[in-house]
Amino acid sequence: MASILTVLFNGVAYGFLLFVMSVGLSVTLGMMNFVNLAQASFSMLGGYILVTAMQGYGLPFLLCLPIVFVLVGVVSVVVERLIFRHFYKTDDLTQVLLTIGLVFMSIAMATYVWGGTYQRFDMPSWIIGQKEIFGLTLETYRIFLVGFGAVMAVALIFGLERTQLGAMVRACVDNRRVAGACGLNTELIFAFTFAIGGGLAGLGGALSANLLGLDPNFPLRYLVYILIVVSVGGMGTITGTLIAALALGIADVLGKYYFPQFGSFIIYLLTVAFMLWRPHGLLGRGA
Amino acid sequence: MSVMDPAPAQISTSGRDYFATLARWKIWEILFWAALAGCYFVPEMDRMLMSRVIIWGLFAMSLDILLGYRGIPSLGHAVFFGTGAYVAGFCGKYGWTEPISALFFAMAIAAALGWLTGKLVQRVAGVGLLMVTLGLNLILFDFVLRSTDLTGGDDGLQGIVIAPVLNMFRFDIYGRTAFWYALVVAFILFVAARILVKSPFGLALIGARENPRRMITLGAPVEGDVSRAFMIAAALAGAAGALLTQTTQTVAPPTLSFQRSADVLVILIIGGAGRLYGGFIGAIVFILLQDYLSSISPVYWYFWIGLLLVVIVSFFRKGLLPSLDALLQRFIKRKPDTPS
Repeated sequence: MASILTVLFNGVAYGFLLFVMSVGLSVTLGMMNFVNLAQASFSMLGGYILVTAMQGYGLPFLLCLPIVFVLVGVVSVVVERLIFRHFYKTDDLTQVLLTIGLVFMSIAMATYVWGGTYQRFDMPSWIIGQKEIFGLTLETYRIFLVGFGAVMAVALIFGLERTQLGAMVRACVDNRRVAGACGLNTELIFAFTFAIGGGLAGLGGALSANLLGLDPNFPLRYLVYILIVVSVGGMGTITGTLIAALALGIADVLGKYYFPQFGSFIIYLLTVAFMLWRPHGLLGRGA
Repeated sequence: MSVMDPAPAQISTSGRDYFATLARWKIWEILFWAALAGCYFVPEMDRMLMSRVIIWGLFAMSLDILLGYRGIPSLGHAVFFGTGAYVAGFCGKYGWTEPISALFFAMAIAAALGWLTGKLVQRVAGVGLLMVTLGLNLILFDFVLRSTDLTGGDDGLQGIVIAPVLNMFRFDIYGRTAFWYALVVAFILFVAARILVKSPFGLALIGARENPRRMITLGAPVEGDVSRAFMIAAALAGAAGALLTQTTQTVAPPTLSFQRSADVLVILIIGGAGRLYGGFIGAIVFILLQDYLSSISPVYWYFWIGLLLVVIVSFFRKGLLPSLDALLQRFIKRKPDTPS
């Protein structure tokens, strides 16, 4: 009994990680219909910035996280202004090809700068080890992840539902043309959302580096997971993304723990079946 | 064609004449195939590499039926390529060594799988479609990698024996038989695909790509055509996969990896979708570039492939061939005479 709860908890921690990585893509997809596979590269960049800041400059872990968020956010908005904005009116396939080209380039660049091997981390001592909670032995790092992810999710949902900026973003997701006609600067709002989404992706990558391992092939390994979360959750919805990410995290960890011979097979099968049942995702809007 | 449209001048009033005009071979088409065959006689030519180019060209052409003519993007086209490759591998391993009949068998299995896939995805569109095709690709890849008893897992199938083609031409290490076998099969399948896309069926595919709603009101079976297009594309991809197995006598999981699906999409986009030749042109550019770049920088060559992709979609939105064509058309100031 205790072990299944521990496995479930690990799944939830993994799910929150996936949520932080993919929520930006979901919102920007809903807003501009832009399929940005390079989201996974932003995550990788976040991981490498964390490594450089911690190992190279000796900064404390908690200080590194905001640095990662800001730096990756800036990089993503620069990429958006320089490249992506010319492609909003093209079809899905062109966007997929453009961003997968960028993923290939990012992999080669990461190999060039940081080398092709897995990165080694020295996490601070307070976050290593295990803790007893309600009779369960849980890893401290995963407890930190769940807490962090839950705070992020609440902040994002609250920010989107209750603040003026959130209302502007929702207006753009619902109908960008009408929002523009009402006097909103949709380009600016989009660039801003893109920066936050990119920053969050970087944060997700930084948080996952310790757990999932970081090497230049990170984007290709986790691209599929990000895509599953976004398409199952439905684009443009934070709640849907959260549910999908948690479900995927739990299913993946459970599957790998109890049926290791099947690997990720079950996940892919469930995803395909789900997409055929609900092509627009859990909470996605039709067309 | 709708009666409401005034027929362009060069199109005859009779439907049969229209399709006859479409199907006429142009001089550059004959030149293209002659040049491809002529590669054999160039001294110092790596014939194994050339047969790989031809196989990739055929593979990309199969995707062209789906993407270029019907407008369905697929991130999992390697499923059919890999199916063909493994079926041909099993045939060779368990005693069915005659290559041509095994090729047909591989095509049939791949076609059946394609038809099923088409049935599955015909109502899904956009990101959902990309996700489902990608998901199917990952499922098959995972399955093949894990069923080590059946497929040999990571090591691939061992002990594939392929008999000489027509009992006369043995597959040798110089790739002489491989080259001609790949070229002849690719040419025959190309001619078949060409007849198909220049037929009323091909026109219906283009119509459904441009405006599915209007095609439905015209009474065209749009949804059924999706599974038929998938079936045809899968059969051609399966043939390409079987060719690869038979010419190299090996088959391993990378033949149906997602990487391969992405590569074939890149090849088609480089060459240009919607004109059958795009796949072959793209394959020539991609495979030769890959060969060259990976020999000068084994670690970083994917950077250049990525850059090529970004440049192509940025500046030649439709691929090399259509862009060159448009340039040529502007140069000689003539209206394009084919609808695709």
